[in-house]
Amino acid sequence: MNEPLASQGMSLIVKTVTHWVKVFILVFGMYIVLNGHLTPGGGFAGGVVVACAFILLELANGQTRTSQTVKVGVAAELDSAGALLFLGVALVGMRAAGAFFKNFVPTPEAAWFKLFSAGVIPICNIGIGLKVGMSLFLVFVLLSALHVAVRNGDRKMIRRRKE
Amino acid sequence: MMINWLPLFVAIPLGTAFVIPMIAKRLRWVSDLLGNLAMAALAALAFLAIDGQGICHIGSWPTPLGIDLRLDGLSALMLVTINLIGLLATTFSVPYMERYTSKLRYYSLFLFMVAGMNGVVLAGDIFNLYVFMEIAAISSYALVAFGCEHEELEASFKYAVLGSLASSFILMGIALTYGITGTLNMAHMAARISATGMDRTLVLALGMFLCGFGLKAALVPFHAWLPDAHPSAPAPISAMLSGVVIKALGIYVLARLAFNVFGVDLNPHLLRIVRLLGLVSMVVGVFLAIGQWDMKRLFAYHSISQIGYVALGIGLGTPLGIVGGLFHMINHSVFKSLLFLNAGAVEYATETRDLKKLGGLNRAMPVTAQTSLVASLSIAGIPPLNGFWSKLIIVLACVQAGHYWLALAAVIVSLLTLASFLKVQRYAFFEAAKAGLERVREAPLLMRTAMLALAALCAIMALMVLTGMESPWLVGPAANVLNAGVFGTPLGP
Amino acid sequence: MIYALCFVLIVVGLYGVVVKKNVVKIVISLAIMEYGINLLLILIAYRRGGIPPILDETMNVADFARQAVDPLPQALVLTSIVISLGVLALLVALCIRLYERYGTFDITEMRRLKG
Repeated sequence: MNEPLASQGMSLIVKTVTHWVKVFILVFGMYIVLNGHLTPGGGFAGGVVVACAFILLELANGQTRTSQTVKVGVAAELDSAGALLFLGVALVGMRAAGAFFKNFVPTPEAAWFKLFSAGVIPICNIGIGLKVGMSLFLVFVLLSALHVAVRNGDRKMIRRRKE
Repeated sequence: MMINWLPLFVAIPLGTAFVIPMIAKRLRWVSDLLGNLAMAALAALAFLAIDGQGICHIGSWPTPLGIDLRLDGLSALMLVTINLIGLLATTFSVPYMERYTSKLRYYSLFLFMVAGMNGVVLAGDIFNLYVFMEIAAISSYALVAFGCEHEELEASFKYAVLGSLASSFILMGIALTYGITGTLNMAHMAARISATGMDRTLVLALGMFLCGFGLKAALVPFHAWLPDAHPSAPAPISAMLSGVVIKALGIYVLARLAFNVFGVDLNPHLLRIVRLLGLVSMVVGVFLAIGQWDMKRLFAYHSISQIGYVALGIGLGTPLGIVGGLFHMINHSVFKSLLFLNAGAVEYATETRDLKKLGGLNRAMPVTAQTSLVASLSIAGIPPLNGFWSKLIIVLACVQAGHYWLALAAVIVSLLTLASFLKVQRYAFFEAAKAGLERVREAPLLMRTAMLALAALCAIMALMVLTGMESPWLVGPAANVLNAGVFGTPLGP
Repeated sequence: MIYALCFVLIVVGLYGVVVKKNVVKIVISLAIMEYGINLLLILIAYRRGGIPPILDETMNVADFARQAVDPLPQALVLTSIVISLGVLALLVALCIRLYERYGTFDITEMRRLKG
C-alpha cells in the first residue's frame, strides 16, 4: 500500500485500545497455559488466546506495521521450538524414567493442587501453547498476505506489501 | 528391548520434520540429508522389529488407563512396508523435487505422513489411531496440492473434502463405540464386545467404520477421489499414496477392526460385504482403467482394482484367503510404487504423461523401461514374479472356500490387467519415438537407484513363498494375528 | 432425545457438503458437521446431575469418581477441534489458490479432471 502507515489498519480508537490491552490478553493466555493442570484450558486453549493477541495487533495496525515488529521468521522458529520441546520432554522421560513420556518429575503430596505440581505436564503445556499460538498467527498472516489481482489480463497472486 | 523403542517410530520422523525448517533454510542440501537419514533409520528399525511382539505402555500407565503401542505380526509387516517404500521414495525425490518450489516443506510434510502412518499401525487404542490417521491424511492433502497447478488444486480439494467426510464418519463411529463399551483401548473393547454381543448401536458404528475406512482404502463406491488425487501429486507422493497410505489407513484398520475388535463370529455379514466391495472394486477399476490415456491415471484406476483383490482375499475369512490378501497388499505396494516412480521418471524426462505423445522410450531410457517391464509383469500376474504368487493364493483360496464365480472374476480381471499394461508398454516404450522426444535422456542416478531397488524387490519377494504357500515369510505371522480372532483379555500390564 | 438434535446438525452439515456448489459453502458445511460430531461426543459423556470433572482439595476421590461427568470424551473433543482446525485452515488456503487459478468459487466450473 502506498498510503502512510498511520492511515492503515483500523481507526485511532482501535489502535490506542489495542496498544493498552494487548499485554493483558497475552498475560491471560499465558495464565491459561500455565494453569492447564489445575483448571480447564491448558496448552491449546491458552495458545489460541495468545494467537488472538497477535492477530488483534495485526488487525488494528495493518500488515506493514506489524510485519516490522513481529517477524514471521521468528514466529516460525518459535513454532518448531515449541513442538521440539514437547517431543524432547517425552524422549527425556524415556531416558530418565524408563518409559516414553513418563512423568519424571516427582510431586510430593504436599504440592498437589499447587502451581508447580504434576511434574512434566506444565512443561508440555508450555510447548503446546507456544506451538498453537505461533501456528494460528502464522496461518492468519499467510492467508492475508497474498491477494488475487488481475494484472495484464490474467490473475496472479501478489503480496500486498510490495505493490 | 525393541518394545521400549516403539515410540521412536513416531518420534524420529516427527522430530526431523520439526528440525528441518529450523536449520535447512540456508543450506538446501541439509533437508535432503536429514530426510533420507531419518527414513533410513526408520527402515533399519522396522527390520529390527520383525519378530517382536508386545505392548509398550506409554508413560508406564497400566492398560485400561493409558495409551498402548502394540507390536504384533501384522504391525511388523506394515512397518516394514511403510518405512522401506518411504526410504525409496525419499531417495527418488532428491533429484525429482528440484523442479518444485519448496523442498524443505516437502520433506517436512513427507515425514509427518510417515509418522502418522507408523502411528496408525502401532496404535493400541482407537482414538490414537484416529489422531495419527488424521496427521497422515492432512499431510497427504497438502502434498497432493504441492505443485499448485489447476488440476492439482482441484484434485486436492476433492480429496480433502471427501477425506474429511470419511474422518467425520469414523469419529462418529468412535463416539458410538465408546458410548456402548466405555473404553477406547482396542483389546479392552474387544473383550467387552465379545461379552455383551452386538446391539444395534454397535452395528451402526461398524457401518460407519466401514464407510469411513472404505473411503480411505478407495473401495468402490468410495473411490471417486483416487483417480484425481493420485495422478496430480508429485511422483514420489503418488507412489507413497498408492503404495502405502491407502493400505495403512484403509485396509489395515478395516482388517484390525473386523477381525480383532468386533470379531467375525458376531458379525457374519461383515465379511460378505467386504467380499462384495472387493469384487465390485476389482471389476470397476480394471474396466475404467483400460480406456485411460494418461499414464498415472491408468495406474490410479489399477490401484482401485488391486485393492479390490486385497479386500476380496481378506474378506474370504479363511486362513489361506487372509494370507493371499496380505501378501497381495505388500506386493502391490512394491510394484505400484515402482510404476508410479517410472511414470515420474518419464515425466521428468519428457514433460508429458499422455500415452499418445510418448514412444520409443525403450531406447532412450533403458533403466526406466526395464523396471517398468518388471513391474507390469508383476501386476499382471506373470510367473515367477511376486504378483503371480499372491494372485494364485487368492484364486486358490476362493476355490477352497467354494466361491467359484469369485475365482473366475479374479482370473478375468487379471487378464484385463495384463491387457492394459501391454497397452502402456506398447505406447510408451516400444513404439518409435514421436516428434519432440528426440532429446530424452535417462533419469538421474538416485532416481534410477530407487527404481532398480524396487524392481529387485519384486523379484526377491517372489521367494517369500519358499517358506510355504500357507505361510510366507512375513505374511504368515501377520495372517495368524488376524486368524486368532478377537484380542485376548487385556487387563494387566 | 437430545441426540436427535445432534444428528440433525450432522445431517445439515452433510447436506451442505453434498449439495452446495460454492467452495466456501462446502467448507462451512464441513465445519458444521464437525461441530455436530463434537457435540455428540460431549453428550455421550454426560451424566445427569453430574459435577464438572475438576478435582480440588476438598473432594474425596471416590465421591468425585461417582459424581463427575466423564472427562475422557472432553479430551477427545479438544483433540478433534484441533484436528478440524488444521483441516479447515488447509481447505481455506486451497480455496484461495483455487480462486486464483480458476477465477471462480463455483465447483461446477472446475472440471478439468474427467473420465
